[in-house]
Amino acid sequence: MSKTYNLTTPLSEADVIQLKAGDIVYLSGIIYTARDAAHKKLIDLMDAKEELPFDVKGSVIYFVGPTPPKPGDPIGSAGPTTSYRMDSYSPRLINEKGLRGMIGKGKRNKEVTDACSKSKAIYFGATGGAGALLARQIKSAEVIAYPELGPEAIRKLEVVDFPLTVINDTYDQDLYKIGRAQYEIK
Amino acid sequence: MREIKYEDIVKSIRDSIMYSGTNLPKDALEKMNEAYEKEKSPVAREVLKQLLENADIASSEDKPLCQDTGLAVFFVKVGEDVKVVGGTLKAAINEGTEKGYKDGYLRASTCHWDTRANLKDEIGYNLPAIIHFDLVEGDELEIEYAAKGGGSENVSRATVIPPAAGRQGVIDYVKEVVSNAGPNPCPPLTVGVGIGGTFEKAVISSKHALFRKLGSVNENSTLESMEKELVEELNKLGIGAMGMGGTQTVFGVHIEKNPCHIASLPVSVNVQCHSSRHTVIKL
Repeated sequence: MSKTYNLTTPLSEADVIQLKAGDIVYLSGIIYTARDAAHKKLIDLMDAKEELPFDVKGSVIYFVGPTPPKPGDPIGSAGPTTSYRMDSYSPRLINEKGLRGMIGKGKRNKEVTDACSKSKAIYFGATGGAGALLARQIKSAEVIAYPELGPEAIRKLEVVDFPLTVINDTYDQDLYKIGRAQYEIK
Repeated sequence: MREIKYEDIVKSIRDSIMYSGTNLPKDALEKMNEAYEKEKSPVAREVLKQLLENADIASSEDKPLCQDTGLAVFFVKVGEDVKVVGGTLKAAINEGTEKGYKDGYLRASTCHWDTRANLKDEIGYNLPAIIHFDLVEGDELEIEYAAKGGGSENVSRATVIPPAAGRQGVIDYVKEVVSNAGPNPCPPLTVGVGIGGTFEKAVISSKHALFRKLGSVNENSTLESMEKELVEELNKLGIGAMGMGGTQTVFGVHIEKNPCHIASLPVSVNVQCHSSRHTVIKL
């Protein structure tokens, strides 16, 4: 049976090893946004042994490129983008920098799910196409790196009760496989 | 000749884009409600509930339904007796697109294919629009518009199957594409299928099929029966809303056909996410 948790960032190993694929998590605290272009820059910095624009240890990265905010709003519409485009970058952030969580939608490859099991990280799904609903849970947003990337810049977000579902846990379980197997008629 | 003013085209396109960005069309909303009623999986029902709530918030707060506000795609039927005054039709569509995306606080999503640099300052805000023109009889101008997101476009596929594969070959290919896509394109999906013509004709037909009203019945009885069979088969895949498992994987399947070469049977599958933002402008 799926359980519901309320967690606050930064996440510890204890926070994430209790989670199982299918569990619901309401996440609060600071999270960081990055899509493929920003990920590439982070990996380039790691290759050059330079400091990253935020402390990745225990952090959660949200794969999102929001719409521009209207005057007075912290952010525009902000739902998840498809995560596989980050597959070639995520394992290094998890294994070498201690990234604890990723928020996106869609399948991840084996390198990512292996890294989740080995170094204890979670891949969360947020509801794709629910950008207006999800934006309500974002209380502030600040561009902290790569403003030239526009919607793809790295933003520091403060979220409250951000609704998530555990897709890949630290035990190599995958909700997409489990859920589909339950309803597939062959 | 009937004259249509350039600025009237710009304005109606701008307004339609802004409205579509924040208001799910009635047909898509009806399908979403229907899927919520029919869905057996509690997890998928929760997803659909969030999506219905999202549609409410987007409309009432005038906030984009999704952060991926798409590339602007148009199918334009130009009557031969129409004359656009004050500029060209293509320029009017592009100007309306830029204004709609900018004024509606929608996302500029066009980038350079290789450097991936955003082209909003170089070419224009979310430009160029993707425009398919068709010349028809009469003095009317009909512009079909849809905002096409990237996630569902990424899983779309086209092929040319052996003619001997026939109807079953088409059905098997559509199933293969949707099955492989899984959660990635944001199901429940509308699946556009283009059959026949040349390679690119099949692709364009599959795109145009997505502009058809959801829930409408195909005028061709053979295609209608294929659509029904495919809806049933695709829902059996168990993918469900956002791929978390469920009985409602598709809102519908829309098929368009064309006569084809005696040697070929092209098939294209264009996938549309649940946020089916489309409208028709008549001038």
